[in-house]
Amino acid sequence: MIGVGKIKQYSNVLDKPLSKGKQEVSLSAFAFLFSELVQYNQTQVDNIAELERRLEDAGYAVGARVLELLCHRDKGNRRETRLLGILSFVHSTVWKVLFGKVADSLEKGTEHEDEYMISEKELLVNRFISIPKDMGTFNCGAFVAGIVRGVLDSAGFPAVVTAHFVPMEGQQRPRTTILIKFAEEVLQREARLG
Amino acid sequence: MAPVGPRTGDAIFSNVERVNAELFTLTYGAIVRQLLTDLEEVEEVNKQLDQMGYNIGIRLIDEFLAKSNVSRCIDFKETAETIAKVGFKMFLGVTASVTNWDADGTCCSIVLEDNPLVDFVELPDTCQGLYYCNILSGVIRGALEMVSMKTEVTWVRDMLRGDDAFELQVKLLKQVPEEYPYKDDE
Repeated sequence: MIGVGKIKQYSNVLDKPLSKGKQEVSLSAFAFLFSELVQYNQTQVDNIAELERRLEDAGYAVGARVLELLCHRDKGNRRETRLLGILSFVHSTVWKVLFGKVADSLEKGTEHEDEYMISEKELLVNRFISIPKDMGTFNCGAFVAGIVRGVLDSAGFPAVVTAHFVPMEGQQRPRTTILIKFAEEVLQREARLG
Repeated sequence: MAPVGPRTGDAIFSNVERVNAELFTLTYGAIVRQLLTDLEEVEEVNKQLDQMGYNIGIRLIDEFLAKSNVSRCIDFKETAETIAKVGFKMFLGVTASVTNWDADGTCCSIVLEDNPLVDFVELPDTCQGLYYCNILSGVIRGALEMVSMKTEVTWVRDMLRGDDAFELQVKLLKQVPEEYPYKDDE
């Protein structure tokens, strides 16, 4: 007899229908979870560079999965091959899905050919975080930098991604900039593609 | 002015700021993965998740009480109902149900059919003893401890292990009367 009223059991998680991505949880639930992530990592490291690296690694895993999910669901399995394409994908689609809005700005670095910057007035993950003075330039946005690195790496655009605070005049809280420095091979490939 | 009555979970949830559940799910997955890499023992990971949940719970209860305006619960039954209907809805956007009350009214099961923590998750064979959502048991335990109830929260059913729902058994161990930091007669 068919199991009336029972939730269908999928033997393989890959057989489950993919959700539309509209489900939401409260911001405070995410904030609590993120604060526990940071606190746990603080107990595992001795210095700030290690802490940033660990947060970045956590974000990297998220980024790789976000790319797979979005490519399949929103882009119909098409993949970006051009630099500007993947950057605008990160700046608009990824940001919109993860943080509910597109990133504030996407700029090309003036000093180096291989640098691009995504800026945000206040990163969602940093909203409830305050950095004590003795931690200097530590930025929990390293998690978001990791997400971006995960997306770019899995899409075939290896890069070094870091998060920085940029103080703005007239504003109390500094702006956060995600600095993306692409690897040499990406620029060479981009030049070849014309 | 009459005091504002308790608000339903739906009303509160639509008033709080929300984020995409997938960011939440993936971040939680990253946490569990980090713990598994660092600690390697599944039992250790379970304990650490519970501890993290406890840390969250002791702070979460403040926000819960502030936003939900619930009055003091008369008994444990009401407490469990409030957790399932208001608490889970407010934070995770899903409602749970309360079943399996024992004769004393001190032990019940909270059943979750929909759990945002486990979207896209499958447990590999190497992690069979892992309670992936153990953070939830810590959260409930921590929150209730801050309102003077010592409880024990265990998993009865786990969808990642093949069951059809998530079931948490919440057992009230004792009510701890509020301790005042000063003596009345001094």
